[in-house]
Amino acid sequence: MAKELLKGNEAFAEAAIRYGLEAYFGYPITPQSEALEHLARRMLEENRVFIQAESELGAINMVYGAACCGVRTMTSTSGPGFSLMEEGLSYIAGSDVPAVVVNMQRGGPGLGNIQPSQSDYFLMVKSAGHGDFHPIVLAPASVQEIIDMMGLAFDLAEKYRTLVLIAGDGSLGQMMESAELPPMQPFPYPRPEWAVSGAVGREPHIITSLDLSPEGLERMNLNLQAKLAEIQKHEIRWKEYETEDAEVLLVAYGTTGRICLSVMREARKQGLKVGLFRPQTLWPFPSARLNELAGQVRVMLAAEMNAGQMVEDVRLAVAGKVPVHFYGRLGGIVPLADEILAEVKKL
Amino acid sequence: MSAIPETMELVFQYPESLTKKNTHYCPGCTHGVIHRLVAEVLDELGVRGQTIGVAPVGCSVLAYYYFNMDFVEAPHGRAPAMATGIKRVNPDKIVFTYQGDGDLAAIGTNEIIHAAHRGELITTIFVNNAIYGMTGGQMAPTTLPGQKTTSSPFGRDPRIAGMPVHISEIMAAIPGVVYATRQSALDLPGINKTRKAIKRAFMAQQQGLGFSIVEVLSTCPTNWNLDPWAAMQWAKENMIPQFPLGDTRVSDEVAALKV
Ligand SMILES: Cc1ncc(C[n+]2csc(CCOP(=O)(O)OP(=O)(O)O)c2C)c(N)n1
Ligand code: SF4
Repeated sequence: MAKELLKGNEAFAEAAIRYGLEAYFGYPITPQSEALEHLARRMLEENRVFIQAESELGAINMVYGAACCGVRTMTSTSGPGFSLMEEGLSYIAGSDVPAVVVNMQRGGPGLGNIQPSQSDYFLMVKSAGHGDFHPIVLAPASVQEIIDMMGLAFDLAEKYRTLVLIAGDGSLGQMMESAELPPMQPFPYPRPEWAVSGAVGREPHIITSLDLSPEGLERMNLNLQAKLAEIQKHEIRWKEYETEDAEVLLVAYGTTGRICLSVMREARKQGLKVGLFRPQTLWPFPSARLNELAGQVRVMLAAEMNAGQMVEDVRLAVAGKVPVHFYGRLGGIVPLADEILAEVKKL
Repeated sequence: MSAIPETMELVFQYPESLTKKNTHYCPGCTHGVIHRLVAEVLDELGVRGQTIGVAPVGCSVLAYYYFNMDFVEAPHGRAPAMATGIKRVNPDKIVFTYQGDGDLAAIGTNEIIHAAHRGELITTIFVNNAIYGMTGGQMAPTTLPGQKTTSSPFGRDPRIAGMPVHISEIMAAIPGVVYATRQSALDLPGINKTRKAIKRAFMAQQQGLGFSIVEVLSTCPTNWNLDPWAAMQWAKENMIPQFPLGDTRVSDEVAALKV
């Protein structure tokens, strides 16, 4: 397929269709509404399910229902909506059904604003709902990567029967750049055996997150943890740039990761040995590789559009081997490459 | 089952749509009766294998143990949203929610009203026992004025807590609803009418007519602090005057169904 000029929100929405999205449920919120609008038209054109729900609570529980039927299903939102969805996310995790949620982060807390932000890192990575679980959290840094990660998200969700989040931000949703969409995949995807589908000639299938006996619920939790351990073993992803001889290592994801690439290039031009480490999965976090790099670089600088969230995971990963500094902008301000470069020069 | 002699006719048996598990419901609780009515109707319509149920959070949270069919368990109040997701990707299946009055008429009002408004092709069985059973007898939106509960110890005071919520009357005003009715499980005639109403509601779904809901006045002897017989009498004397029985909305097509 040829490259086209695509807007982030429309690109991931169309990619989802091509990767076999069967049912979308959403509620309008800036800065992701273009995705919902795109799907409102395209899902009907393709004879698939689209509902504008009454709220994000409604949307995520519709996703939960469709997920119990084993179809490719998703929703997309931004911070205030994500907060509302956490109830459903926890149930989805607790009952081992596959679902995908895109969060185009905006400035918070509260109503905040509609500018790009990365302040939902803790929410997505550490506390996507009550109880002990982690979703897989993918962090794209370009329109092309968000397209590619849409397919990956569905595959991982189904492979592990788990929740997969895509951690975007307002600028990723709104930016336009040239990218390539995948061809239309065969549709619909076959439904898995475990789904609810009507108990004909078999025992009923029950999908629940409830187990009233502590022993039973502990077993359920241990199974969940075993699954998460498998994910940690196999699904850690990241990108490294010029780390071989780096003395200063920038660590950043998503939009900030992309800005840091410019920072690194400019620094290199100026003769500074700077490298970049860009996590593509925020959970599972690429801790082991960061720890290795900590044995090689002099100092790390984590840059984020928040008050310092991912930096905690970087510090855990390097376990005190090197100092980890932090630079962040808040309230929907996207840091400039020059600002970050100035920080690099202070190290 | 052992064969019955030719001279006899089988007039009563265990519904295939129920499992043989003993329920956890308290003596005199009508949840069990209502489960049985739903099961009998699904048997009669021959749709057990095409049915997907959605259980609530409340005393009937474990309904999936007792119904012999595919089931999912929803977050508190969200059953109609889950049922929406299920039905939209399975238009050929029969999908129903089974919900209590805390679940449906308090935390889940948004979900039920909008599922009804969209005219989702699902059926809701709404069990109104005027109290929160599972959490130990707190006030429900349907608790009667003056009724004492653990969270209205001096009796529900409408000046503080408002008047009871009338779901069937609210449903009557929603265009997407083709059938809304309030029945009772408090005596045999009531139970028979409830059974018929449940059948009508599922038939409306089968025919693709629209959203259908059956409210059933029910008992909670445990949290009303009454014995089972007294609970039935209390409900008849106090709940029925507050929640009048009968249909609140019947579309022409539903009225024409041969139940
Ligand atoms: C979000 C949430 N809030 C509160 C609860 C606690 N809770 C469980 S059941 C219930 C009320 C159930 O009452 P009702 O729907 O009337 O059903 P009944 O038990 O009377 O059959 C409540 C408040 C919960 N499980 N989840
Ligand atoms: S507590 Fe009330 S509603 Fe719950 S099972 Fe007992 S009698 Fe029924």
